[in-house]
Amino acid sequence: MSEPEPDTEARRIATQARDRARFEEEALSLADQVYRVARRLVGSREEAEDLVQETYARAFRSWRSYTPGTNMRAWLLRILTNLNVDRGRKIQRTPQTQPLEESDYYLANKMASAAGEEALETDDVVERLSQDSVVKALSEIPPQFRDVVVLVDIGDFTYADAAQILDVPIGTVMSRLHRGRRALKQHLAEEALT
Amino acid sequence: MSGDPCDRCEELLQDFLDRTLTDAEWREAEGHLAGCDYCSRRYRFEESLRKYVRTSAVERMPPGLMAKLDELRGLDATA
Repeated sequence: MSEPEPDTEARRIATQARDRARFEEEALSLADQVYRVARRLVGSREEAEDLVQETYARAFRSWRSYTPGTNMRAWLLRILTNLNVDRGRKIQRTPQTQPLEESDYYLANKMASAAGEEALETDDVVERLSQDSVVKALSEIPPQFRDVVVLVDIGDFTYADAAQILDVPIGTVMSRLHRGRRALKQHLAEEALT
Repeated sequence: MSGDPCDRCEELLQDFLDRTLTDAEWREAEGHLAGCDYCSRRYRFEESLRKYVRTSAVERMPPGLMAKLDELRGLDATA
């Protein structure tokens, strides 16, 4: 290079600016996926938009605490779920547990009684449930179970990622996931078939 | 295996689809499913349901949000 060597400080600043821009690009490329999860964690589109904006504001401010090469989507979701707990859960302190007595075949059994046993083998049997009823049923799962169902079944996070995001042990993720899915099916059975 | 084999198969359903069963449990479930239409249909239903839940739940980002996020770039840690 014929250009003069920049001094160390200038080079440090330039490197930092480049790292930061790279971080921001990567974070923004995940926005659609982050929104998708956020939307199902809160009750309305407006809340989801606010939550995602707060998340990005915090992420951009604290970009140095992100370790390059680690799972940025999980890192962003950890910020988001923490913010969500801070902002919303204080208000809706509904009971955190509910009786979840129905078993895993409950919804399938209801569908079989309504449509016939053979209908369970068809691809479109699930379409007897409206998409609105699915969204509504998801929103009715108690929050601590819903978070896990949304992260794993909608957000495609692994158990390990979900455990890290929610700061709970993997065993807790698994039990909440199982119970959350059963709750979902119970709500679907109630709403779609009655 | 104790009790009703279909009850046992129902217990294994979620982990089966999540692929988190042990080898022994996997063989147990497969073995039962091979000869049980009742459970096979319910497993198949669960698989379709999971896909359907995902499809139904996904909502794209509202237009305009991306621009708002883009404006947040460069936020100062002290701001």
